[in-house]
Amino acid sequence: MFEYAPAPESRDVVDIQPSYGLFIDGEFADGTGKSFKTINPASEEVLAEVATASEEDVDRAVRAARKAFGTWSAMPGSERAKYIFRIARIIQERSRELAVLESLDNGKPIRESRDVDLPLVAAHFFYYAGWADKLGYAGYGADPRPLGVAGQVIPWNFPLLMLAWKIAPALACGNTVVLKPAETTPLTALAFAEICRQADLPPGVVNIVTGAGETGAALVNHPDVNKVAFTGSTEVGRQIARSVAGSGKKVTLELGGKAANIVFEDAALDQAVEGIVNGIFFNQGHVCCAGSRLLVQESIATELLEALKRRLGTLRLGDPLDKNTDIGAINSAAQLARIRELSDAGEAEGAERWSPACSLPDKGFWFPPTIFTGVAQSHRIAREEVFGPVLSVLTFRTPAEAVEKANNTPFGLSAGVWTEKGSRILWVASKLRAGVVWANTFNKFDPTSPFGGYKESGYGREGGLHGLEAYLDV
Amino acid sequence: MSKTERPSRARASAELAAEGPGERAQSRDSVRLAVRKTYKLYIGGAFPRSESGRSYVVTSSKGDFLANASKASRKDARDAVTAARKAFGGWSGATPYNRGQILYRVAEMLESRRAQFVAELSESGTKKAGEVVDAAVDRLVWYAGWADKIAAVTGSTNPVAGPYFNISSPEPTGVVAVVAPDEPLLGLISVIAPVIVTGNTCVVIASERAPLPSITLAEVLATSDLPAGVVNILTGSVKEIAPWLAAHMDVNALDLTGVGDENLAITCEEAAAENLKRVFRPTGADWSADPGTRRLTAFLETKTVWHPTGA
Amino acid sequence: MTTSLADVASSNVTLRTFLHGLPGVDRVGADQRAAMLGTRSIKTTAKAEAIDLAIRMVDLTTLEGADTPGKVRAMCAKAVHPDPGDPSVPKVAAVCVYPDLVAQAVDALKGSGVKVASVATSFPSGRSSLDVKTTETAFAVAAGADEIDMVIDRGAFLAGDYVKVFEEIVAIKAACGAAHLKVILETGELSTYDNVRRASWLAMLAGGDFIKTSTGKVQPAATLPVTLIMLEAVRDFLATTGRKVGVKPAGGIRTTKDAVKMLVLVNETVGEGWLSPDWFRLGASTLLNDLLMQRQKMATGRYAGPDYFTLD
Repeated sequence: MFEYAPAPESRDVVDIQPSYGLFIDGEFADGTGKSFKTINPASEEVLAEVATASEEDVDRAVRAARKAFGTWSAMPGSERAKYIFRIARIIQERSRELAVLESLDNGKPIRESRDVDLPLVAAHFFYYAGWADKLGYAGYGADPRPLGVAGQVIPWNFPLLMLAWKIAPALACGNTVVLKPAETTPLTALAFAEICRQADLPPGVVNIVTGAGETGAALVNHPDVNKVAFTGSTEVGRQIARSVAGSGKKVTLELGGKAANIVFEDAALDQAVEGIVNGIFFNQGHVCCAGSRLLVQESIATELLEALKRRLGTLRLGDPLDKNTDIGAINSAAQLARIRELSDAGEAEGAERWSPACSLPDKGFWFPPTIFTGVAQSHRIAREEVFGPVLSVLTFRTPAEAVEKANNTPFGLSAGVWTEKGSRILWVASKLRAGVVWANTFNKFDPTSPFGGYKESGYGREGGLHGLEAYLDV
Repeated sequence: MSKTERPSRARASAELAAEGPGERAQSRDSVRLAVRKTYKLYIGGAFPRSESGRSYVVTSSKGDFLANASKASRKDARDAVTAARKAFGGWSGATPYNRGQILYRVAEMLESRRAQFVAELSESGTKKAGEVVDAAVDRLVWYAGWADKIAAVTGSTNPVAGPYFNISSPEPTGVVAVVAPDEPLLGLISVIAPVIVTGNTCVVIASERAPLPSITLAEVLATSDLPAGVVNILTGSVKEIAPWLAAHMDVNALDLTGVGDENLAITCEEAAAENLKRVFRPTGADWSADPGTRRLTAFLETKTVWHPTGA
Repeated sequence: MTTSLADVASSNVTLRTFLHGLPGVDRVGADQRAAMLGTRSIKTTAKAEAIDLAIRMVDLTTLEGADTPGKVRAMCAKAVHPDPGDPSVPKVAAVCVYPDLVAQAVDALKGSGVKVASVATSFPSGRSSLDVKTTETAFAVAAGADEIDMVIDRGAFLAGDYVKVFEEIVAIKAACGAAHLKVILETGELSTYDNVRRASWLAMLAGGDFIKTSTGKVQPAATLPVTLIMLEAVRDFLATTGRKVGVKPAGGIRTTKDAVKMLVLVNETVGEGWLSPDWFRLGASTLLNDLLMQRQKMATGRYAGPDYFTLD
């Protein structure tokens, strides 16, 4: 057998400080809350001590953002654009360092942080930089105005990418921001603060406050925040929607999903198998739009599953910094516990569980790629978001049945459809109640393309021309 | 350095000093003889002399000798069209993101040569050359941003009454022949950038009176990852070359911005009618104003695709 | 082969129905899969093993109009001792020459274990009569060729005359006798990945022992995605019929990096069963010296220079 020797990406490109403060008004400052540790989920090694922003720290950040809003929003769009272009360029210049940092803090494979996350982050800033002086052409009136201060709370699955999705359009439209990264993955956001300084971004335009749920609550409930943007679980999204109800704040929510990936009998099978693997095992399945429900036409179910299992046998799980790793670490002990709990429930409810032979490292948080067959719509693993490398396989007989099953969920973020027949793709896409439909591909993202959900997957769109609306007073 | 040239160089240096930290040694050192640059054409990524072997004298606004610029012939124009056509497939097939990145790179490279352009523009009589160069850089940045946005603004999905998916999107028209205005940098950038950012390639006839900054711009383009042949720049007589480009059957569109002579414009438009070139002939150009999108859309085709929807 | 599969070659209608019934290939997806595998990072011990394996898989090739007995003898010497200064370097799998030079190669390689392959069938275009092609094949085999690299009739394939392509392969296979038959699809002329998959199956159904990407005279030649699709085809053919067929990418494989990517592709598509010169070959000429230079770099820790490797 051709065994690949370890090929670790060098850690030397990053310089992690022992402790980090908050980034407020262009300066790093201590937080008044109790600091917390962020760890490498692949080894449980402590990476750094990070400040917790208390309610008063959040208030300070919001005030800094408010102060900066006047000049930032009054600045010609072409000048704002140049700041954002600078940020895009610095991210490109420092992309390897940021990729390694992301993999260390998050547990995702370096191949993904290097080839997916970081290029998309830079592209997102590049794209929205170009909008800053063209807002009058976006279809929201001749001179659309920004909202003010945006309070943004992002998740741990794509820390820097979610930051880019939030900050780039906000700044382009003339808003200032206070952003809270997830408590398990704060490091790249803090590196981003340093990038803002390198770009000479005026103080207060971007503020980063670290902490857990309470810090996030303080931010979204702050009375001087005009706009709330949240990406995370549907449960927290619902709380936010409730707590800001009646406040007049503009809200966008990008929440959970339980995407159907529908494979018809005439699909290009080898590519469909790749798409299924990419759909659910990309980023350890920590993807809100993951294709976690495989709906396969019964006539090819056996053949497809055989091919899928064979392919899973070649997935390489292990050290996220190894350039050949396909599946990295689960982000946290809490998330691992949730994945285990739902998987156990799947077995208890009668679905059949399968994983390839796969040895898990002793330290850190790991879960093998897992397939459940014989899953019914009523099983918890077919209804609840696992947010892990767990695929539920269901079958269907006709296109109508596929659509019916795909839509039979409170979520509506994304879906996939695999067939060589174009008219079927378009028919299925038109019937699916989901914000993004991928045909003969999966988990594709681009700054020009709007992303967001139907139903309980949230509201508002990020990316593209549509993504501007969330940050304009329209 | 010749005696006749010295005054203008000195003026340029004085302006440079006023513009910022870009002073050059030459203002302090009058002993050393400068090595002058030969200004040539820019075709297919290379810098050839005119195949005709001709040149013409370019003078400063005060009438001092500046350089002998190449005087392009109809055969140079033909070669430039060939180069532009060859580049079209790759350039129009590049992702808009890639094209935007490259235009932004051009802006970066232009900014890094700011002092040189300020000097050259001053020599050719441009007032407030520093502001003009800044505006030219910003114009490039403006158009760089359009690369991946124009389709969202001008494209559409069309709700046809039937079981069809129907989408319209803009596509570049092809090879565009451009007569650049007598505004040697800002005007030149303002006509080139909107043509190429959407995926067209072009053959540009530079300002006849002040062609030197256009060749210096070619040096910027040649070092900005812009593929060879996307922009080709000819210097020489507009009256001589423009009709050949207007009549060329492998040119798809014609931008007559820089044609001031009414009779020449009509001659060109008539020649362009033969293969139904798209002709763009704006009136009253104010290069400092918001350029809008008309220069982008002037060189775009709209393609509509139908596809049935049905299980 | 099952009876039903044997029957599909009875007419163009049945062949067409069968070949067009194979699952399609989505170009973008196949390209992305190949590109992803191309990012695998093979270092240290794994790289050392890969280099030696790649050397053992090389079909050292010269296919020029200007080939002479002298050129072929020199190449054969190189095939047996790729690096005269380092006896630990393995021999290559085979040399590949035109039919009229087979005898020289056989003579030069006697007792070495290096096989002699010959292109035949009016290589590279294949545009001649079947008689000429079988005669040429028989001539090369009679001269001692162990392996025959034939080209399919791409014109017939693109015109939909699958039976003609099939029967020609069957006839050449018969003319090969004991010699192994490698069937060159010339994927650069087939153009689409769907065609590559169909031609692969056609060649295997007709009895080819190996399927080979290209003549080396047409671009693009042995790209990663095309090799991926052919590997998937031999994998599926084995599962369907129980018969194992080898794969030979040829043309455009010039660097160690190219060769290692090919091995990664084999490893992760069909597995170790194909990681041997019996089942996977690399058709190349300049590749060998790059493999030797990389091998020396790994041994000495410094970059090698081309002046220290023989040009034969």
